[in-house]
Amino acid sequence: MSVLVFLEISEGSIKKSSIEALVYGHSLQLGDVHAMVAGNPSNLDEAAKFGAVKIHSISDSRFQNMDSVAYSEALSGLATQIGASVIVLAKSAFTDSLTARTSFIWDAAAATNVVSLPDSEFNIKRSIFTGKAFETVALSSERKIISVRKNAVAVTESPASGEVVSFQPSVSSKAFAIKTISTEKTSGEVLLSDAEIVVSGGRGLKGPENWGLISDMAKVLGAATGCSKPVSDLHWRPHHEHVGQTGIKVSPNLYFAIGISGAIQHVAGISSSKVIVAINKDADAPIFKVANYGIVGDAFEIVPKLTQALREAL
Amino acid sequence: MYSKAEKACFFINNWLGVRSKFRILHHYYQRLMKILVCISSVPDTTSKISFSDNGTKLDNNGITWIIGPYDDYALARAVELKEASGNGSITVIHVGGAESEPVIRKALAIGADEAVRVDAHASDGFFVAAQIAAYAKDKNFDLVLMGRESIDYNSGIVHGLVAEHLGMTAISPVMKLEVNGSEAIMDREIEGGMETLSASFPLVLGCQEPIAEWKIPSMRGIMGARTKPLNVIPAVAASSGLSFKNYELPPPRTTCKMVADSQVAELVSLLKTEAKVI
Ligand SMILES: Cc1cc2nc3c(=O)[nH]c(=O)nc-3n(C[C@H](O)[C@H](O)[C@H](O)COP(=O)(O)OP(=O)(O)OC[C@H]3O[C@@H](n4cnc5c(N)ncnc54)[C@H](O)[C@@H]3O)c2cc1C
Repeated sequence: MSVLVFLEISEGSIKKSSIEALVYGHSLQLGDVHAMVAGNPSNLDEAAKFGAVKIHSISDSRFQNMDSVAYSEALSGLATQIGASVIVLAKSAFTDSLTARTSFIWDAAAATNVVSLPDSEFNIKRSIFTGKAFETVALSSERKIISVRKNAVAVTESPASGEVVSFQPSVSSKAFAIKTISTEKTSGEVLLSDAEIVVSGGRGLKGPENWGLISDMAKVLGAATGCSKPVSDLHWRPHHEHVGQTGIKVSPNLYFAIGISGAIQHVAGISSSKVIVAINKDADAPIFKVANYGIVGDAFEIVPKLTQALREAL
Repeated sequence: MYSKAEKACFFINNWLGVRSKFRILHHYYQRLMKILVCISSVPDTTSKISFSDNGTKLDNNGITWIIGPYDDYALARAVELKEASGNGSITVIHVGGAESEPVIRKALAIGADEAVRVDAHASDGFFVAAQIAAYAKDKNFDLVLMGRESIDYNSGIVHGLVAEHLGMTAISPVMKLEVNGSEAIMDREIEGGMETLSASFPLVLGCQEPIAEWKIPSMRGIMGARTKPLNVIPAVAASSGLSFKNYELPPPRTTCKMVADSQVAELVSLLKTEAKVI
């Protein structure tokens, strides 16, 4: 019996959420933890540190193309080969498709957005209604796929041998049917969905020219920057920074909502943050109902002072 | 240079080539815009979620049901594509009980030509995907569009599963979709950016903004929707290996500790020593 964990790469290294998936896989205690990874991440040694006994590394350069058909064929093929009973992934835009396809070809039940370890009957808790509620489901099939919500797992080390072996998956003619024409990526910044601290700005910041306030503070904290939907609708910030019901769901330890009113659709995307800090000039703004700490006042005065205070304290 | 016979050959070859190209084009023109849009019916985003019967039922009190916001984007793009080509058809499919008919009628009012309701409780993504695939299997849709996820169960797996069932290519989340002959050109959001992709039809796409703007049905659309066909079909058997146990709400957040605007250092120390998050 074994567990197979899929490691997703971003900018040349294993994503933090994939390390969480690895820790989850190890905590299942259902046998040796294997990992599958494509590309040669710079932090491959992390996999061993967090419990991978064997790392199956794909060097086929076609896998640079994030093709869910190819990846699902590789993942299900490997799972069968090593006799895995569970596949664990970290939920992301890419792994949604991968989870779906793998569950189909590998004939497994899949639970997504999982926030707890299973009990002895494999009842598992998952987040639903965009963070507004939880649901417990039982997975009754022999093979299971668990897609874990980000930041739901506390990361603890459990060193294992981490032997790296080369894996050459065979893929069908259906794979790689999608051609990549170009890629645009903001590099060197903290990935919003993986971030431990997020600094977000809303319409209260008045315009894109004021975003230095947000990014300066984020820089001091090593945080990712986010925004509300109108801000990305107005093209003040790129679409992939929009947090909420229809945007990115974040679950950091610390979330700053600056000049954000706290509309229910925004809150849906931040409600699993551990601590929320709100800065808003309106004392009645709904954001204060979900925040742990709040300052009522003008962001243009408070944020530079706060950034300075943080710089001094850190 | 060339003999008459050779020239005649070129001519015929060329003509045949053009004709077959024209045929393909014509074929696509005819076929291209056959679109299936899959819609979920979900509580409106401002709804307060609560449960009854010991956490086993969603409390319907005060809930307004809407087309899933992501599905609504998919539908809007389908209508734009149809309008741009002046051709084709849009079918919407929904898995659910008769109570979701107002939501289906709204999709018809926005611009779908016909609707199909699979008469069953949409228990999970596996079940829904199996129904969509069973319906679409022999209907030669060029595009199967839906939202990247439903906002109730947030699984994001239906597009991938439908694609596997139908042996089609799936892409998600798609935020831009253009048609270029036999290919679609798309922008897909990736974490921290986006990529531009191309793939041949037929395709299954999970959509999100800004693929199109939500459309508000016109009065004419609403009137017209009343007489558009809405076929009710039975469900096919499908099992996911998942069984529902219960719902629960997250614990309420603690009350907000207010800090005076002149005391930013105080906030920093609270975050450091009390909340221990920096
Ligand atoms: C189906 C649907 C889905 C949606 N999905 C999302 C989503 O995913 N994410 C999202 O964010 N929204 C979403 N929305 C939109 C949402 O309803 C709100 O309109 C939006 O969140 C408001 O953004 P905001 O807080 O930046 O702007 P506003 O509501 O305009 O709030 C601006 C705030 O800034 C404060 N302010 C102004 N000046 C200052 C100053 N100088 N200093 C300090 N504070 C100041 C004001 O007091 C106010 O509270 C969705 C809406 C719908 C209908």
